[in-house]
Amino acid sequence: MQNIEAQIEELKSQISAMDKKIPSNKISMIVFSGDMDKVLAAFVIATGAVAMGMEVVMFFTFWGTPILRDKNKKAGGKDTMGKMFGAMLPKGTCEVKLSKMNMGGMGTAMMKSLMKKKNVASLEQMIEMAQEFGVQIYVCEMSMDLMGFKREEMIDYSQLSYCGVATFLEQAKDSRIQLFI
Amino acid sequence: MNEEIKVDKTLDLKGLPCPMPILKTSRGIKEVEIGQVIEVLSTDPGSLADFPSWTRSSGNELLKTDQSGEVTKFYIKRLV
Repeated sequence: MQNIEAQIEELKSQISAMDKKIPSNKISMIVFSGDMDKVLAAFVIATGAVAMGMEVVMFFTFWGTPILRDKNKKAGGKDTMGKMFGAMLPKGTCEVKLSKMNMGGMGTAMMKSLMKKKNVASLEQMIEMAQEFGVQIYVCEMSMDLMGFKREEMIDYSQLSYCGVATFLEQAKDSRIQLFI
Repeated sequence: MNEEIKVDKTLDLKGLPCPMPILKTSRGIKEVEIGQVIEVLSTDPGSLADFPSWTRSSGNELLKTDQSGEVTKFYIKRLV
């Protein structure tokens, strides 16, 4: 009898260990790219995943970081390099370009007008949707520091926080889908 | 399935391309009670493939797809 109880206990602990290995119904994305089309795709997948009942986390790093800057906000106290990067990199969604066929900005302008005509949501609208749908956004602290961005120049987004690589990996380890965009 | 489906709410999503139909449907279905039925009107060609996927993943039931004209009608029962 005692033997059976011990076996049941053993099974229980094995099952709970297996449970911990099953990833959550979650999708983790790294948004590395700063191109309008690629980031738009990332947000379409992110909001779609929430609609499918999944939890979504997006990690913005490198060229993805400037997309989350607010064009109406200013940040002081930057050094020369920070000011240079700040001026050269896009200030938010309205300054990002297509990854292909940009043609000095003409292609991007054409794509934007086509999207409007065909009722396709803009990047701005998709970010708003993501916020409404509860998509968690993390911003790479190292990229912020490297490019000289300050937190006060980033967009108002209710679920935005700053992190490092371990935060991403912990979430990615527990996700069924991981994407690098 | 020929019997009349009782619709509790209609979502008119005509003219909206991907991903809006499923985003708006995932929202709109929360406005009816569990067990009630929504009717979704979509002109997005991707919807034909997307609604069966969406209902399976979200745990709701696609009762009927009516693809008679330009507008496709989806009847979805809220289960969760």
